[in-house]
Amino acid sequence: MSDRLDVRKTYKLYIAGAFPRSESGRSYPVSGAGDTVLAHAAQASRKDVRDAVSAARKAFGGWSGATAYNRAQVLYRVAEMMEGRREQFIAEVLAGDGGTRDAAATVVDAAIDRWVWYAGWADKYAQIAGGANPVAGPYFNFSVPEPSGVVGIVAPQQDSLLGLISVIAPALTTGNTVVVLAATDRPLAAITLSEVLATADLPGGVVNVLTGYVAELAPWLASHRDVNCLDLTGVAAADRVPLAVAAADSVKRVHSPGERAGIGLDEPGLARLAAFVEIKTVWHPLGV
Amino acid sequence: MSTTEVAPPPGSVLDVSQDNASLRRFLHGLPGVDQVGAEARAAMLATRSIKSSAKAWAIDTAIRMVDLTTLEGSDTPGKVRSLCAKGRRPDAADPSTPSVAAICVYGDRVDVAVEALHGSSVQVAAVATAFPSGRVALQTKLLDVVDAVEAGAGEIDMVIDRAAFLAGDYLSVYEEIVATKLVCGDAHLKVILETGELVTLDSVRRASWLALLAGGDFIKTSTGKISPAATPPVALVMLQAVRDFAALTGDVRGVKLAGGIRTTKEAVRYLVMVNEVAGDRWLSPATFRFGASSLLNDLLQQRHKLSTGAYDGADYVSVD
Repeated sequence: MSDRLDVRKTYKLYIAGAFPRSESGRSYPVSGAGDTVLAHAAQASRKDVRDAVSAARKAFGGWSGATAYNRAQVLYRVAEMMEGRREQFIAEVLAGDGGTRDAAATVVDAAIDRWVWYAGWADKYAQIAGGANPVAGPYFNFSVPEPSGVVGIVAPQQDSLLGLISVIAPALTTGNTVVVLAATDRPLAAITLSEVLATADLPGGVVNVLTGYVAELAPWLASHRDVNCLDLTGVAAADRVPLAVAAADSVKRVHSPGERAGIGLDEPGLARLAAFVEIKTVWHPLGV
Repeated sequence: MSTTEVAPPPGSVLDVSQDNASLRRFLHGLPGVDQVGAEARAAMLATRSIKSSAKAWAIDTAIRMVDLTTLEGSDTPGKVRSLCAKGRRPDAADPSTPSVAAICVYGDRVDVAVEALHGSSVQVAAVATAFPSGRVALQTKLLDVVDAVEAGAGEIDMVIDRAAFLAGDYLSVYEEIVATKLVCGDAHLKVILETGELVTLDSVRRASWLALLAGGDFIKTSTGKISPAATPPVALVMLQAVRDFAALTGDVRGVKLAGGIRTTKEAVRYLVMVNEVAGDRWLSPATFRFGASSLLNDLLQQRHKLSTGAYDGADYVSVD
């Protein structure tokens, strides 16, 4: 018998390392797998998208300029922080996605392992994607991958946690900064993840998490001229074309993979790391 | 130059400048500024909602009011030339974008700017009188002004002697402004109060009146070299001063806000304040200016946003 009042959590956005409510003041009910309302999440507006993109742009110099070794350490730290909140994630995945507790635990473990897996790639990817090129001339010629910039991501909508991590981790690994639209109907794990990111040495603005309606927000993200890449993983194939058209106006890289590619329990491969890098090739004269 | 050669400011009906005591009596007789009230009023004016057609007008008006400024020890002639090119035509991709009001440089770069701006409506403004500190002899300050005017500057931005002002030696500040105005000839004189060093709003009001009485064509908040620079309450007090001065004398003088204004949102808020506090006759480059460098890029980005419907990025404006 306890007389304590419930201390309920306010689910907010994550922009520039802070947790604001939506600029619009709106929120929307989240039901997850069942019919009961689990919480009210902030319903982001186009101005929140704008603020998130400028935060990501501001953070880009520092994050992309950090050494790959340092990025690996920070990303591994995210996994450490998640491990400490494992039970909370399991409860939220269970509430959001339904199924059994064991299945939820499997997903959470896979999500933590995925951070570790991508963290390991941070200082190794350049060896795979870059290299010395044989050229027919007196030049030393080599290529290195460099981060593309600000990546706008629509997270997978059918899953709370593993899908989300599978899309943001690879973009971060190669040095990009991210604005991600979380799954509309199951955003609670995403918001908890942003609390993990805020305490994991990741500089503010490197990841910005927005909750709300994808149909409202994605067009603003797609047309924003300061966003360099667009990841449409969480958009149904039929709805991708107008977003790709809006993105084309500012010549964005658009990543439009199969709907479950690289976001399930299997090892994801390198396709997502390759999606958001630019290859810089340098010709250096020999013998001078 | 002795003070006896200094002519009284033409057109002034406020005959309070015979000696320090009468100036002091006048300036200290001005009503005190209610600081809490001024801050509240400034904050209230900043909450106005601006709809997109009005915003388009405001952005173009703000661009026409910009004194595009570079005041660094490292200003090369090439940098000044590129700034002038940008001032003439801020957006190369859109000829409907208006030119800025002026290019503001140090005195020894005036010749470069005058040549680069030949044939355009853009003025050349020079900071003079040992900007930004003003801590040299009057004679040296006046030579600084004469050099800039002879090189072709149409506007002179002078700094007042803040130390003399704070010490209560109002007459010497007054006489310096009068003397500077005299050597300016046809060039417009903007008087920099450096409000960040004046500390209180009461001092800002007194310094504003002092500069207006002495014949300054504009009163300007700051050098941009110290913080705080232009703030909404300071702008409010200065706009009240030019409004009241115009009501008293019929003489319409201008206000220039400089330092720390970087976004379109802030600029539009100041335009609202000009309209509400001084009146719409001040909504013109002849009577209101923004001294800024990075503000112009943000204005251009917001202009793009209105014309394309998509949020813009820094990749679409020049790096200055």
